[in-house]
Amino acid sequence: MIGAVEVKSPRSYLDSREGILSWLLTTDHKRIGLLYVFSITAYFLVGGFFALLMRLELLTPTTDLVSPETYNKLFSMHGIIMVWFFLIPSIPTTLGNFLIPMMIGAKDVAFPKLNLLSWYLFNLGGLVTLYALIRGGVDTGWTFYTPFSTSYSTTYVVAAALGIFIAGFGSIITGLNFIATIHRMRAPGMTWFRLPIFIWSHYATSLIFVLATPILAITLLMIGFERVLRVGIFDPALGGDPVLFQHMFWFYSHPAVYIMVLPGMAVISELVPAFSRKPIFGYKAVAYSSLGIAAIGFLVWGHHMFVAGQSIYSAMVFSILSYLVAVPSAIKVFNWTATLYKGSVSWETPMLYAIGFIGLFTIGGMTGLFLAALGIDVHVTDTYFVIAHFHYIMVGGTVMAYLGGVHYWWPKISGKMYPEALAKLSALTVFLGFNLTFFPQFILGYLGMPRRYAAYPEEFQVLNVLSTAGASILGVGYILPLIYLIWSWKYGKPAGPNPWRATGLEWKTPSPPPQHNFETTPVVNCDAYDYEAMKEELELV
Amino acid sequence: MNSSNWFRPVAASSISGEYDAFFWALVVVCGIVAVGIAIALLYFAIHYRRRSENQLPPQIKVNVPAEVTWIVLPFLFFMGMFGYGAKLYLDIERPPENAVELYVVGKQWMWKIQHPEGAREINELHVPVGQSIRLNMTSQDVIHSFFIPAFRVKQDVLPDRFTTIWFRATKAGQYHLFCAEYCGTKHSGMIGTVYAMDPHDYQGWVDRGAAEGSLSSTGEKMFHQFGCANCHHFDGHGRGPNLQRLYGQTVRISGGGSVIADDTYIRESILDPRAKIVEGFTDLMPTFKGQISEEQIIQLIAYIRAIGPQPVTGASPWIVQPGTTAISGTEPENR
Amino acid sequence: MSESSSLAVREQFATADQQRETATVGMWVFLVTEVMFFGGLFMSHIVYRLLHTAAFDRGSADMNILLGSINTAVLISSSFTMALAVHASQEGKWRRLAGFLFATMLIGLAFLGIKFTEYYQHYQDHKVPGFWFESSGADPGAFQMFFVFYFAMTGLHAIHMMIGIGVLAVLLFRSGLERFTSAYHNPVVIAGLYWHFVDIVWVFLFAIFYLPGLHL
Repeated sequence: MIGAVEVKSPRSYLDSREGILSWLLTTDHKRIGLLYVFSITAYFLVGGFFALLMRLELLTPTTDLVSPETYNKLFSMHGIIMVWFFLIPSIPTTLGNFLIPMMIGAKDVAFPKLNLLSWYLFNLGGLVTLYALIRGGVDTGWTFYTPFSTSYSTTYVVAAALGIFIAGFGSIITGLNFIATIHRMRAPGMTWFRLPIFIWSHYATSLIFVLATPILAITLLMIGFERVLRVGIFDPALGGDPVLFQHMFWFYSHPAVYIMVLPGMAVISELVPAFSRKPIFGYKAVAYSSLGIAAIGFLVWGHHMFVAGQSIYSAMVFSILSYLVAVPSAIKVFNWTATLYKGSVSWETPMLYAIGFIGLFTIGGMTGLFLAALGIDVHVTDTYFVIAHFHYIMVGGTVMAYLGGVHYWWPKISGKMYPEALAKLSALTVFLGFNLTFFPQFILGYLGMPRRYAAYPEEFQVLNVLSTAGASILGVGYILPLIYLIWSWKYGKPAGPNPWRATGLEWKTPSPPPQHNFETTPVVNCDAYDYEAMKEELELV
Repeated sequence: MNSSNWFRPVAASSISGEYDAFFWALVVVCGIVAVGIAIALLYFAIHYRRRSENQLPPQIKVNVPAEVTWIVLPFLFFMGMFGYGAKLYLDIERPPENAVELYVVGKQWMWKIQHPEGAREINELHVPVGQSIRLNMTSQDVIHSFFIPAFRVKQDVLPDRFTTIWFRATKAGQYHLFCAEYCGTKHSGMIGTVYAMDPHDYQGWVDRGAAEGSLSSTGEKMFHQFGCANCHHFDGHGRGPNLQRLYGQTVRISGGGSVIADDTYIRESILDPRAKIVEGFTDLMPTFKGQISEEQIIQLIAYIRAIGPQPVTGASPWIVQPGTTAISGTEPENR
Repeated sequence: MSESSSLAVREQFATADQQRETATVGMWVFLVTEVMFFGGLFMSHIVYRLLHTAAFDRGSADMNILLGSINTAVLISSSFTMALAVHASQEGKWRRLAGFLFATMLIGLAFLGIKFTEYYQHYQDHKVPGFWFESSGADPGAFQMFFVFYFAMTGLHAIHMMIGIGVLAVLLFRSGLERFTSAYHNPVVIAGLYWHFVDIVWVFLFAIFYLPGLHL
């Protein structure tokens, strides 16, 4: 796939420079990727801790562990941290940062200093949000619905919104950087249709970053104006319109759902070919479906508001558009499955995560079809059915993909192999724990249990206990990789440049890669996943 | 609570049967597809497992007919889902002509309900089985959402405007009433009980509660108590527009444009009289913001409806007409 | 984007052409995010204007149309000098470049001066929402909302002007060091894109805030 790679054991990006400052002031996309790994892991643990407390509180129908005030803060901070400080940055800023330049044969991203700036903005935003948390928290839910957030809540709404506002600029910069990088930094011969699907999906994600995030910024700014200056924008008592807020919020937040899941699809689109030793089935269909999701994803926000008081006819338009956006997702699922057909399938941990992803994403996507059906949505919206649905997409989808991707590229990132048996065990634990946690919530929602309830009628208890039990298993499944990956950083066996015999450019360079990724700029002369063209290099028969 | 099994909530309204049939049809169809995908995945993963480390399988890149099939078939299936979902939505959203109208005010953290006959209740809702009920709802503070799982209906309740929901209970019993939109500290305490009653029992309940007089007759008292009658004469010569036969009509407003005199407009005119002034009148009316409660506004609206051009529409067998204010002579149509 | 202080190509790029093209793509993408940023405000303004047309027209009638028109002319002339600066940089005439950059900055500052004069007048009229706001007439909430949008949007625009003037100051300094040549002048071109964008935003702001109240 590439011309000449002469490796004379250059110093890797990890030990090319030393000292804490060489990390804090680095402009190397790989190091920045690792800085992001560090940050989002910390936020994930904080958000996960809140989730655990919530599940414990919901063991019993009454509020006995924490007060309703505290419970409301727990789910609000869980949502805010998990959405903005874990899920949205998760894959793009870590694996995306690390891999995009390598996959297209570039030395770095287009604007390395801005890349570092984005990490600082992200953490500054995170610290401001944590300040709100330490001072007493926020109780508006992650959705900040007006007029509750602007006129009624007595918690630290402005600080939390400001934190998200600042972190949003980090997102914008990341998206801008990726777009410019993918447009202008590709190696000779790397045409658009030779790009790995990972790049296509991240390109689509970046478009959403730059187009949607400014709307969130402006919406949060307006919340701040109304709350601090008491001028009417969204509160009807001051002359505003609370539904306008919902329109603006979901105009950002629905595309943001695709910011969260498209990178997950990006990872799966690499894992499935690599562990089937076949090109991805229907390359162009999968590539275009990412762009289709990004484009149509901007037109479906109203499906969050079917019972919010919009007209019947706009509800119908949003419903039909929501079905249209489901088509490209279905295309991806079928193509991933078809990629395994007549393949040479091996069962390493990343592939377990990939198969788990496809299954859970299918369930999450199909329950999305329920919610897009207008009449069905009326009963199940704002219940645990919705909670289960988006956790199947966000946790069963994105987090599974993130873990699969981390395992797959771990040899490249660290130069070491992770312990395979333990990794398989934890993948299984995550899968089982996840389903036990969230499947009962579909039933709870259909039975009518509303979301965001600190206390609930007794007949819902059995399913809630099951869910809490699952959450504790899931927690173990998440802690395990954290431990053995850190262990393997030091004690794992050396990986070699291409332990999976995969095709991407990132596997043509030593593990861990040198500072500028490649000794000489690679020249690309075949398609992505072209095992046929590389069979001699990979010693395949 | 009525018995329901662990995976199906009690179904007690005219649409809950249709809802459940559609829901479970989707479960079955989607379940078949999901299980199919899972079986295909596992079968491929096992059957085509790697036999030797150096194996290079046949490199299949695409199969256009297969690709087209799984683009077109899901699309058609989705359009079917959309169509049936939309039909069900229209059934849920559009109330029948003969629905009895109740008023609901949501506030942190309780539901206040007013019946046309005068009964008022908090966190309880008594309705007769077999009668279509339409709720006109507004909120006094933040956004709430009125949710009765057993009836499969839900509607957000917004401040500063009216939203509606309707249902027809088919089975007597007690059902949950939830607030489904997060509304603050005691959101999970903003729950109540719906009592669907046999019509005969319901009549007895109404008779006990109607001592204070009907909603519209209370509204008539308010109409005088707040001094509305001083300007809004029924002979068309008052300083304010004649409110008789107004309800539901199109009103021309000064500065151009027109508005339909519905609940929302009447409410706005009481709280913010200068927003839309009827053509030919000046902005003499003071605002009643802060002096009048949402419940009293609803009583006034009920009165203005009762003296409207079609007071019988939406009336239930139980509604009590305000008797005294007789319609005299012919009035100008629109003011 | 590229604030390189020398002719050297940054290490992540293969050629100077690639560096130039990448920086230009970056600026265009940035301007797209700016369009969305202002676009959110424009859209909510449109929604509320349709809901409260009369009150928004009365708010617009309180604008100082004379100062607003002068400011529009001032800002358009700054776009003209900016274009001349870009032209001078392409020809590698650094003295002319420095002169036009300086002129653009001065005109930009004049715009801000006039804008803040207007703000001061609103302050004297007690038309500052949240701090000192008095209104008479119908629909006071919507009337105040007009001023909320007015201050938020023109204020955001003024912040963009200040950033632009700061960027021009850096360019002016570097042109004084004779850093720009006919071969390397992309920073000036990119700053020009930004400057023109900010000017165009003002034209729309002028249209939605000053013009609707003219008939009152």
